[in-house]
Amino acid sequence: MQIDKNQLLRFTTAGSVDDGKSTLIGRLLYDSKSIFEDQIEAVENSSKKKGHEGVDLAMFTDGLKDEREQGITIDVAYRYFTTPKRKFIIADTPGHIQYTRNMVTGASTANAAIILIDARHGVIEQTKRHTFIASLLQIPHIIVCINKMDLVDYSEEVYNDIVGQFEEFSSKLLIKDVRYIPISALLGDNVVNRSENMKWYQGSPLLHELETLHISSDINKVDARFPVQTVLRPQREGFIDFRGYAGRVASGIFRPKDEVTILPSGFTSTIKAVHSDEGELEEAFAPMSVAITLEDDIDISRGDMIVKTNNQPEPKQDIDAMLCWLNTDEAKPRAKYTVMHTSNEQRAMIKEVVYKIDINTYNRNTEDKSLKMNDISRVKLRTTKPLMTDDYRENRNTGSIILIDESTNETVAAGMII
Amino acid sequence: MSKYYLNYLDELESEAIYILREVYAQFQNPVILFSGGKDSILVTHLAKKAFYPCKIPFALMHVDTGHNFPETIKFRDDLIESLGARLIVGSVQESIDKGRVQEEKGKNATRNALQITTLLDAIEENKIDCAIGGGRRDEEKARAKERFFSHRDDFGQWDPKNQRPELWNLLNGKHFEGEHFRAFPISNWTEMDVWNYIQRENIQIPSLYLAHEREVVMRNGSWIPNSEFLKLEEHEEIVTKKIRFRTLGDITITGGIESDADTLEKVALEVSTMRQTERGNRSDDKRSETAMEDRKREGYF
Repeated sequence: MQIDKNQLLRFTTAGSVDDGKSTLIGRLLYDSKSIFEDQIEAVENSSKKKGHEGVDLAMFTDGLKDEREQGITIDVAYRYFTTPKRKFIIADTPGHIQYTRNMVTGASTANAAIILIDARHGVIEQTKRHTFIASLLQIPHIIVCINKMDLVDYSEEVYNDIVGQFEEFSSKLLIKDVRYIPISALLGDNVVNRSENMKWYQGSPLLHELETLHISSDINKVDARFPVQTVLRPQREGFIDFRGYAGRVASGIFRPKDEVTILPSGFTSTIKAVHSDEGELEEAFAPMSVAITLEDDIDISRGDMIVKTNNQPEPKQDIDAMLCWLNTDEAKPRAKYTVMHTSNEQRAMIKEVVYKIDINTYNRNTEDKSLKMNDISRVKLRTTKPLMTDDYRENRNTGSIILIDESTNETVAAGMII
Repeated sequence: MSKYYLNYLDELESEAIYILREVYAQFQNPVILFSGGKDSILVTHLAKKAFYPCKIPFALMHVDTGHNFPETIKFRDDLIESLGARLIVGSVQESIDKGRVQEEKGKNATRNALQITTLLDAIEENKIDCAIGGGRRDEEKARAKERFFSHRDDFGQWDPKNQRPELWNLLNGKHFEGEHFRAFPISNWTEMDVWNYIQRENIQIPSLYLAHEREVVMRNGSWIPNSEFLKLEEHEEIVTKKIRFRTLGDITITGGIESDADTLEKVALEVSTMRQTERGNRSDDKRSETAMEDRKREGYF
């Protein structure tokens, strides 16, 4: 495989056991020869114990003891496979309504979402829920797999009908790129190999789509943002005056001689050099981890952001966000939380719940002001000091926040800045 | 014109460096859990990169079962010297001598599970608030559910059903006194990625990973090395084979595979055609279907 060219693609799969989601992942891993013999053996043994005939593909993805006993997935699990073209990371999330939070988690870093629809049932509430979350989290590519085509005689009509249903409801959402594939995960039609049973389908099988999706443009390359994680001061021979700002480029491109502004202080300087451990670089772009040195001696610490002077984020203390509540304890009225935004941390208060979204109907509820686990609501936050934000739609890294309950230290909510 | 995307190894490297820097920024006293195996060597290498030109800001902690490959210990000591880092050793033998744990009895007795107590004691004694591990999610089904920042309660226990959600790149390392975290910067790497990267970066690894002649005995389907700790069963016979190890751990339970791969290139090639997982030769994982999950809940690596 050509390491220097091959990219990493992260995708999430949404669906429940009945949709054949685990079977699909099992099929992808199995047909791409990413499952090892001892894993197959282990699954064969467990399948036999449970009285299944042959290999139950779904069992490759069940992880924890409770899940295998109950046959459900209770948390995000990560799977890996590699083809000669790409490396893939699957965030495997369960589809039940009570697991919205897991789906949001899996979606937050995904380049693509696979949404499974059972061909016998067409678009159901769950499909709408998954698509809404994919759109809310701004997953750049959506692949709708109409599964179990073998159970509807590989009918083109059924397929077209479901595509129509999907087009109709999803027109209300902001989705950049959607494509449709008729598959049978169980029998392998159009998963890795082209189906012999659906000659009417002109598109590619799923794996080919995943291998060729254009993902280089998924990361914002325009707005240069560099959140400082920590300061490197070696104070040893050869590096006496070295003061490097370590971080991962959140978006955009940085080069030596760029005019930059440090936020929130507003001081300006010029980039002296961009460093890696192998020497100085001509440039750094997202998502590279580097260290930056500046021409001027400025007091900079963790939580500050280096940006290009001619393109700056908006400092905001009053923040509008779509908030997904992740914790079993519901939000306390006007409670204070720690907000994490890039490497910056401030305290924040939820000032107002504007509305809650019914993720099955997309209706807004302005009456119910509570924030309970799995709720998705539009809120107004007030922070003690400004955050250097971009809209989530423009920039996933500088437009996202989490809230931490100061009494439990738990991550209780995830927000997308509007 | 230059390209504006990273290849997958560079992206994995950048992610790991990001996580290591977050550990440094969010914790007071983090250490790298160092076993002498390739994954902890890789983490150490990445830490060197993350903080260059500073020295790595973490001590290395070795939980020593007393059943070591001599090569591993020498490798560890040489590495410590070249990094100028501090070494902390938690000794299972000491835990046994102090009566903190009891040696397992019976035919398949190992010191594997005893490490948990030694590890947790060392974490407590040294007031460590974050232990960085080389665990990877592709290794084992329970590990597939790990977070980058994994919370442990004040008994050192992992509660897989109550993990903190991890979204985007925002890592929450907040904890109360007495609790600690485990951090896994190479979570998203596979065995193949590790080998490709070791080869690309030309990282020094113990010679045990390359094929060599060694006295071994066949046990539970893998070649267990002869050592002073090996107790031969009646029907067992010591033979000399050309083998190499895919993982390194306690010498009494780490099985080798027959191989001719005596260079990094050959190992990477061999790994790419492997049909067995690397932990398939670890008898500690074969005890039951949930062996890893059960140990992890208690505080294992």
